[in-house]
Amino acid sequence: MIRKQTLVLVLASAAALGTIAASAGAQTAANPVPGEAAGTFMMASKFSEPTGELMYRNVCAGCHMPDAKGTQGAGFYPALAKNEKLAAGGYPVLVLMKGLNGMPAVGQMMTDQQVADVVNYVRTHFGNKYKDAVTPADVQPLR
Amino acid sequence: MTDRPAPAMTKRDLLSLIGKSAGATAMYMAMSSLGQAQASTFKGPIKLDGDPGGASVLVLGAGVAGLVAALELSRAGYKVQVLEYNPQVGGRSWTLRGGDTYTELGGLTQTCQFSSGNYINPGPWRIPAEHGGLIHYCKMLGVGLEPFQQNNYNAYIHSTKAFGGKPQRYKTIQADYYGHVAELLAKAVKKNALDDAVTAEDAAILLESLRGWGALDNDMRYVRGRSSASRRGWDKGPGGGLTAEPIPSDPLDMSTVLKSGMWRQIGGHLSNEHQHAIFQPAGGMDQIAKGFERAVGNLVRCNSKVTAIHQDEKGVTVHYLDTKTGQKLTAQAGYCICTIPLSILSQIEINVGPSLDAAIHAVPYLPGLKVGLEFKRRFWEQDEEIYGGITSTDLPIGQISYPSYGYGSQGPGVVLGAYANGAFAYEFTSLAPAERVQRALEWGSQIHPQYKSEFMNGIAVGWHRVPWTQGCFAIWTEETRAEHYKNLCQMDGRIMLAGEHASYIGGWQEGGITSALDAIGRLHQRVLAG
Repeated sequence: MIRKQTLVLVLASAAALGTIAASAGAQTAANPVPGEAAGTFMMASKFSEPTGELMYRNVCAGCHMPDAKGTQGAGFYPALAKNEKLAAGGYPVLVLMKGLNGMPAVGQMMTDQQVADVVNYVRTHFGNKYKDAVTPADVQPLR
Repeated sequence: MTDRPAPAMTKRDLLSLIGKSAGATAMYMAMSSLGQAQASTFKGPIKLDGDPGGASVLVLGAGVAGLVAALELSRAGYKVQVLEYNPQVGGRSWTLRGGDTYTELGGLTQTCQFSSGNYINPGPWRIPAEHGGLIHYCKMLGVGLEPFQQNNYNAYIHSTKAFGGKPQRYKTIQADYYGHVAELLAKAVKKNALDDAVTAEDAAILLESLRGWGALDNDMRYVRGRSSASRRGWDKGPGGGLTAEPIPSDPLDMSTVLKSGMWRQIGGHLSNEHQHAIFQPAGGMDQIAKGFERAVGNLVRCNSKVTAIHQDEKGVTVHYLDTKTGQKLTAQAGYCICTIPLSILSQIEINVGPSLDAAIHAVPYLPGLKVGLEFKRRFWEQDEEIYGGITSTDLPIGQISYPSYGYGSQGPGVVLGAYANGAFAYEFTSLAPAERVQRALEWGSQIHPQYKSEFMNGIAVGWHRVPWTQGCFAIWTEETRAEHYKNLCQMDGRIMLAGEHASYIGGWQEGGITSALDAIGRLHQRVLAG
């Protein structure tokens, strides 16, 4: 119940601030992320992205890259595209909720629904075709 | 307690009293609480006495931790080689100026277009006076320090949710907050509401102190007048001559101050690490890297990407790749001081025991993003009398920091136009660099309307995309510290870790330096013991 209220609050604040973000976005020369105004840069303490796609593009892509192919420097960020480790939906949920190596537990800044949404998005895009969706109930026990 | 004449007693009197009544241990404890003990663990130059007998050490990473290790070990007679991934030494002790290029993970390259003399420090940018280790090396290496304006009373506090988004001067908010709190507390004392907590004698002292602390008038009120205006600012400031008479300003009422939430921004400079005096190297943080390069640059092999670290009973073998030629190479030594950030080290093959291995894999790295913006003129100085210091905001940029150098220059100036953290840092990092700069410009113009007409160029560093750290610095929690910290710092065979991640001063260069000194001290004991 508490969790549902939190989600509603997040969405409500997103709607209230939507006009500000939209005007900021509209003034920029290029806005590469469609629909971004609906959910980014809302608050520092948690992610407000309303869909799995927006979460990927605005948060995950910072490291795993917009094409989800990962990247390499002194170390690397693994590709999520065509990644067989995503076969079991519980694995990406676990990584989001507990972190992995240098990766922070970013799922702790998302609602259960948001975690499920972004996991489901990645597991059905970028060459991944895993149709068994995870649910918020799969996320909750890892809090 | 009440019969002790506290105001008349000096600190020395008190220490003497404690020493007489409770012995030396209690006196030391009291000294610590009075701020007379060491701030960091640095206790003066390290002394590695004794002959290491030709022992060799391979240092991985040429940030400040690795460079301190290389400097001190080579002076003590060790054979030292340093491997560094980057084309230059310094690690996060890093400065971007005009002409520099920076390629982030994903391959996007930015060329810094700042005018001559302007710069930003994408990583560490401040040196607290209590960071004695770093200051020691600055002195040793001829790195000049200048004051960093941490707290500028004329800079702003900005909130999108208060005063219609109009920024308020820091001094105004602090004066009004302190003033109203002081008046309120004075009222409570006078009504004897605090009798169970304050004796009559102390209450009199408290009232006297509140008047000074809160800039109250003779009647213990925080109101419009000379006293409050001398803190919060005047409607018309004092001057000389015929029109010199000052006109005080009207304090904000208490409810407005409280509801604005701006009191949250009071005191960012109160923590030990942000108190004045606080410094920066003149000319950019990388002056420290350059100082070390002069001293031990000959020991460093740059463009060397470590791919595997292997130890056995005889020594340590490190496999690495020359990033320019693609050549696979190895280096060997008796021991290894590894300062590679855990975000990278956790992805490198290394044969250490299970407890160190677990520690290496247990520590996430902070996002964090900085944007430098160059403008045609220093409008913050010329139009707004802001010389250095930091404006804080609830916008995603987090803050605007004005340059603590070159005051009064008529040419272009560079501000730190964003220092974003939390969700904002992830979201900023996911944007292309040019878009980050654009956003910082848009948001900052809500505070400084001059932004739009004066903008020249900008550069943005999202730390999760920095190829050699994949993050700003290590994030420890009480739980991970308890489980892994000591294991991380323990010598494992012939390998020992160092760096800010192996310290309690995370994210500061002093952490890397004190960690390195601790590590090489223990290494030296081991070598001498044979």
